[in-house]
Amino acid sequence: MEGYIIEISNLYTSFFIDTQVIPVINDLNLRIKKGKVLGLIGESGSGKTMTALSILRLVPSPGKIISGRVCFEGKDLLSLTNREMESIRGNRIGMIFQEPMTALNPVIRVGEQISETLITHKGLSKKEVREISLELLKKVGFEDPGKRYIQYPHQLSGGQRQRVLIAIAISCNPSLLIADEPTTALDVATEAQILSLLKELIETQNMSMLFITHNLNIMKRFGDHIGIMYAGRLLEMAPVVDFFNEPLHPYSKGLIDSIFTLRPNEKRLKVIPGFVPRLSELPEGCKFHPRCNYAMDICKKDEPPMQDLGNERWIRCYLF
Amino acid sequence: MDTLLSVLELKKTYEVKKSIFSSKKDIIRAVDSISLELQRGSTLGIVGESGSGKSTLARCILFLERPDGGKVFFENKDLMTLKKNEMRTLRKDMQIIFQDPYSSLNPRKRVLETIGEPLLFHGYSKKDDLISKVKDILKDIGLNEDFLNKYPHEMSGGQRQRVAIGRAIATNPKLIVADEPVSSLDVSIQAQIVNLFLDIKEKRKISIIFVSHDLNIVRFISDEIIVIYKGKVVESGKTEEVFYNPLHPYTKMLIESVKADFIKKEPILNDNQHEGCAYYPRCNIKREICKKGSPSLTGDKIHKVACFVFNQPF
Ligand SMILES: Nc1ncnc2c1ncn2[C@@H]1O[C@H](COP(=O)(O)OP(=O)(O)OP(=O)(O)O)[C@@H](O)[C@H]1O
Ligand SMILES: Nc1ncnc2c1ncn2[C@@H]1O[C@H](COP(=O)(O)OP(=O)(O)OP(=O)(O)O)[C@@H](O)[C@H]1O
Ligand SMILES: [Mg+2]
Ligand SMILES: [Mg+2]
Repeated sequence: MEGYIIEISNLYTSFFIDTQVIPVINDLNLRIKKGKVLGLIGESGSGKTMTALSILRLVPSPGKIISGRVCFEGKDLLSLTNREMESIRGNRIGMIFQEPMTALNPVIRVGEQISETLITHKGLSKKEVREISLELLKKVGFEDPGKRYIQYPHQLSGGQRQRVLIAIAISCNPSLLIADEPTTALDVATEAQILSLLKELIETQNMSMLFITHNLNIMKRFGDHIGIMYAGRLLEMAPVVDFFNEPLHPYSKGLIDSIFTLRPNEKRLKVIPGFVPRLSELPEGCKFHPRCNYAMDICKKDEPPMQDLGNERWIRCYLF
Repeated sequence: MDTLLSVLELKKTYEVKKSIFSSKKDIIRAVDSISLELQRGSTLGIVGESGSGKSTLARCILFLERPDGGKVFFENKDLMTLKKNEMRTLRKDMQIIFQDPYSSLNPRKRVLETIGEPLLFHGYSKKDDLISKVKDILKDIGLNEDFLNKYPHEMSGGQRQRVAIGRAIATNPKLIVADEPVSSLDVSIQAQIVNLFLDIKEKRKISIIFVSHDLNIVRFISDEIIVIYKGKVVESGKTEEVFYNPLHPYTKMLIESVKADFIKKEPILNDNQHEGCAYYPRCNIKREICKKGSPSLTGDKIHKVACFVFNQPF
């Protein structure tokens, strides 16, 4: 494999509320190889969605990207004009948003929303676009695309809306697809359908993916690399196989332990003890140290840097 | 047995146009004659594929949407015959957690008001102890007190979902209908919320209808389950029995695809209008008879199935 589709370096994003500065992304470095899938995993509120929105420059106010570089196909997205950015969004970079209802326009028929994207970016005619849209609806698992084309979002079920969003996201054959929890609303069978569709795009069109999920089991089957986020930082990055064979960061180990497996005799599920820290008052040193069983003195004072361990493994922890 | 809720042959259909300009309409039978019963303090899991009618069923049970047919009895009261104000008083005993928390939370209300207002309204709290009561609830759902003053758009997806859960449990309802309550949460918080559901169920005897596509969680949390396919119940019974001995080919497929550690390719079928069993086109054990009629749900209290292969003498 040659080259990276996207390289993010030293990215910082914060929210400015009253006089407070709340850092949501802190010194983020990550890159995705062409044709590969990077899975981004992390607890609720750890900054996964903000990472995606930062790449697309869609961070809602009062949030702002403060510094960093986001290199995509040779350009630094952070230095493009709004207009240039618009021609990339939805076109070269497809996006599946976490909450389908808010991402879809409630007063436009779903088929037209797919067509619209194609007309804007590909300059195709209405007629050509309709055919492609119907085909896309079929691909994402609708048995009756013709009927669905003319429905409004509120007439669809949760999973159906999510699938419409997926159809829009892949409509322009993006070279990078950012998918924020793309299958959370789907049952196993439909999920399998969607994942194999995405796999096909990766294999036939060399599409790359940033796959945000909290589902480690999916990543195990679907991802090439994995990144573990905590309090706006990456704590570990590794090839998927190596990660599951030997997770290094204490937090990663905890996550793998809490993977839902049914243990018939247990009355309650296992949870990682402690709270996710407040972003407004993060502890000194390593942000995970208050919950870490291996914390040493230095962990309480200085934040560990991201270290390159070789073999595509990176870690932010003094144990290594 | 102490039955809290019984649902009899509930139906809901939607009309959709065949094409933009035609006056012809198709009918979607979103809920096609579903019956179920829920005991006090027990949990019923509902599983089924995307678009099978789970959310519609959930809304119709609570009369958030009026069913086209059938009956719902809540503590022996027929919801169809209740007056508006009677229904309003009953509302606090029946709470719903919507699948899409963003659209169910009022964007102009802070968390304190979202969770606090029903507490005040139903007299569970006075002005002076409101904040501490809301803080207790936040703790249960794993959020710290900074969240008291947050608006929905200031929170992450999982945080919003937890606020919706907090509001639903606040007034100590008798029934909670939870539509995919944990699917947007990460494993660790998922575990915490599932534990919370188990706690409130045991301590307060709350009954729960738990809609989810995650079979592992449904198995863990539910006493009984129903499996629906295209608006109909295809299998139901005690959870362990159904998982241990699934009968319907659809249930079997669901359970097997959870165990599989590869991604199985599911064919996309383009055949949804036909007579006979709705599952016929996908079925791997079909027979001649399955083309003709629709099988009814038969069996005993422990385990029921709607499949000719199991309930028809050949
Ligand atoms: N408008 C805002 N103002 C202030 N803080 C915000 C705002 N939007 C998001 N945040 C905070 O930023 C942090 C990161 O949010 P983000 O949406 O990236 O989380 P996430 O990892 O995607 O979580 P989830 O799995 O729950 O979706 C959260 O703690 C959230 O509360
Ligand atoms: N207001 C409506 N108008 C027309 N059709 C509707 C409406 N609401 C739901 N439907 C249709 O009814 C069927 C069942 O939808 P429902 O939302 O109950 O599915 P679900 O089982 O909850 O699916 P999911 O798992 O994707 O959330 C779907 O085919 C949907 O398109
Ligand atoms: Mg998110
Ligand atoms: Mg639903």
